[in-house]
Amino acid sequence: MNLDAVLDIVAAVCLISGALLSLAAGVALVRFPDLLTRMHAAAKPQVLGLLLVLVGCGLRLRTGVDITTLVLVGIFQLATAPVAAHMVGRAGYPHDDIRSDLLLTDELAAHLDRVAEDRPEPTPA
Amino acid sequence: MKPDQMTPAEPTSPPNPPLSRTAVRRNRIVAVTFLVVVWVLLWGTLSWANVISGLVVATILLTVFPLPPVTFAGRIHPLGTARFLVRFLRDLVVASVQIAWLALRPRHVPRSAIIAVRLRVNTDLNLTLTAEALSLVPGSLILEADRNSGTLFIHVINVDSLSEVEKFRGEVLELEARIVAAIGSPEEQRLVRENPPPPVDLEGAAA
Repeated sequence: MNLDAVLDIVAAVCLISGALLSLAAGVALVRFPDLLTRMHAAAKPQVLGLLLVLVGCGLRLRTGVDITTLVLVGIFQLATAPVAAHMVGRAGYPHDDIRSDLLLTDELAAHLDRVAEDRPEPTPA
Repeated sequence: MKPDQMTPAEPTSPPNPPLSRTAVRRNRIVAVTFLVVVWVLLWGTLSWANVISGLVVATILLTVFPLPPVTFAGRIHPLGTARFLVRFLRDLVVASVQIAWLALRPRHVPRSAIIAVRLRVNTDLNLTLTAEALSLVPGSLILEADRNSGTLFIHVINVDSLSEVEKFRGEVLELEARIVAAIGSPEEQRLVRENPPPPVDLEGAAA
């Protein structure tokens, strides 16, 4: 077995496992009970799934120009996915769609109450 | 530029002292280097034409859209960075498998919690990096950051008891310690060493 065949097999494994992780992320988006748990699905299996797909593509393409672009895609995915999850989570936080009955403790609610007390005018939620 | 321009909603004292001229210059050099690296990676080939045009674009960008002053106070420690990266990749895999399993597991509704963790090193860079890394490691997702006190509000998934929640608090502080060990200044590293995570207090958690 020569090197090309080995690289192709590794690429195939990466592509398939990446696709499966993305599928699991999709299933999680449907099955999880509320907004915040769904954001976990969007942040973790999806990012690793994309990274694996990128590695698989890089191993198949094997040209410098393509690989640098793939590296950039990976870096920006790692940098932006948590920010996106944070923004969606924070925008939706005090809302009925977040199942507070599933929360063991909520220390952000107490913090927001304190912040609201410190301000003279009511804060936009 | 005053640091508190970033959070107009909470006009309290800025957590970071104003920057000296050398710190400002060093920040600019770091930003220009990063932008040029991205530019060269986008073109895909390392040539003088790419580097020089990248420098021009980076200079124009930083003049037209000045970045908020994020101070890189320490220097990169190779061993600490390698340790952080290895652990981070492992955590990312564990986190993905955990969420995938939770999604496919039949008849199970995961319980979660929202906790506040006050970081020991209250700088913008440390707060940002810890928040970013936290969102990609098992169990946690950043929900809100309070810049004045350096507190992160974290949504923790798949916890069944308050003692697990308390254990997670310690893991957040360990992650912070790894980041500070990778890029922190000597003073920040001393701060982390002198304030180890408190032992899990189960009575306090139950109260």
